[in-house]
Amino acid sequence: MSKVKVSTLWFSGCAGCHMSLLDIDEVLIELAGRIELCNSPITDLKVFPEGGVDVTLIEGAVANEEQLHLVKEAREKSKILIAFGDCAVTGNVPGLRNGMNTDKLIEDIYGKGVTTNGKLPYDVVPHLLDRVRPVHEVVPVEYFLHGCPPPPGVIAKAILALLDGKTPELQGEDLKFG
Amino acid sequence: METIRLKIDGREITAQAGQTILEVAKENGINIPTLCHLDGVEDVGACRLCIVDVHGQLVTSCTTKVGADMDVQTQTAPVKEYRRMILELLFAEGSHVCSFCVSNGGCELQDLACDLEMHSVRVPYSFPRNRIDATHPQFLIDRDRCVLCGRCVRVCAQVEGAHTWGFAERGSTARVITDLAVDWGQAESCTSCGKCVESCPTGAIVRKGASNAEMRKKADLVGRLTERREHE
Repeated sequence: MSKVKVSTLWFSGCAGCHMSLLDIDEVLIELAGRIELCNSPITDLKVFPEGGVDVTLIEGAVANEEQLHLVKEAREKSKILIAFGDCAVTGNVPGLRNGMNTDKLIEDIYGKGVTTNGKLPYDVVPHLLDRVRPVHEVVPVEYFLHGCPPPPGVIAKAILALLDGKTPELQGEDLKFG
Repeated sequence: METIRLKIDGREITAQAGQTILEVAKENGINIPTLCHLDGVEDVGACRLCIVDVHGQLVTSCTTKVGADMDVQTQTAPVKEYRRMILELLFAEGSHVCSFCVSNGGCELQDLACDLEMHSVRVPYSFPRNRIDATHPQFLIDRDRCVLCGRCVRVCAQVEGAHTWGFAERGSTARVITDLAVDWGQAESCTSCGKCVESCPTGAIVRKGASNAEMRKKADLVGRLTERREHE
């Protein structure tokens, strides 16, 4: 049986969701036999494999132009897209900057006067979107994993259900934000 | 007292005239979600989450009295869908971000997202950024976490008798205010009794300096107070 191809992307988030993914204990052993982890911060592979993947988990909100490009590519190249954690589902902490001036944010974060030829360093730093958006505001999403981060048990439950060709039955406490 | 027979979710139920659908459902172990309802104060039907289907019409069960031969449906697909949409609009209207809220884990809005199976909010979030009023020595209000249920307004007026809390404006700019929209710390009518804190279903009105573990509200406090008064 060919392995199920899975990608994970890391947008505006703290990597906590990826940490939680690695925290599913012995389920990792089962996953190792059943999935092929493609482009992901874990493998450090940067591009989707030819022919796309079966499932992509997206951690983080869509906050800059690079992520806007990637989220559309992920939609095209994934059969199933999962908004992975509260930042991807709601905007969460990155969404706090909504309503602030984005140029000023770049200056505040990268330092006053950090410019290239007198301009803000947008040749190396992607432009921030006016507004941080949850993933499903940009592209359709099949499943939502809530939590900051989603508990390992919920992640394992969702992935194992999908591997068995079933719809993850996320209910009650599984849907707890925060 | 006149006895009434009605049906809730197909079950034959006996109730007393004058009771609300919500009261009768609760007595019979039928769960209807609520948010603005608070035991001990009057019901106003503000949040609309307790809607039920009565002969094809949607009514708020907290403010609708039972009637003879009523056929009440609490869990039809349209009723559940409307409740979920109401909840999504509540989430979209405020900045209800659980991950950095002192009420995370002790919040009625957060619990409703689980109970009503809200997977995502289908309308764009508005990300409001109102100033937090922390001028009161013991308490503070973060209006971005307020759902305008009015429990603070009602408990302050009907139980404490202080009338400090009130509503100002309408629509998307509606908000709860203290006295004539002065900072809470300057509101002379406030007795600092803290009933609004215990009654607030979210992390909007909280105790200053409380950790997440300490900020657990006693939502049944007001109901117990009023019950004791009745039995004096």
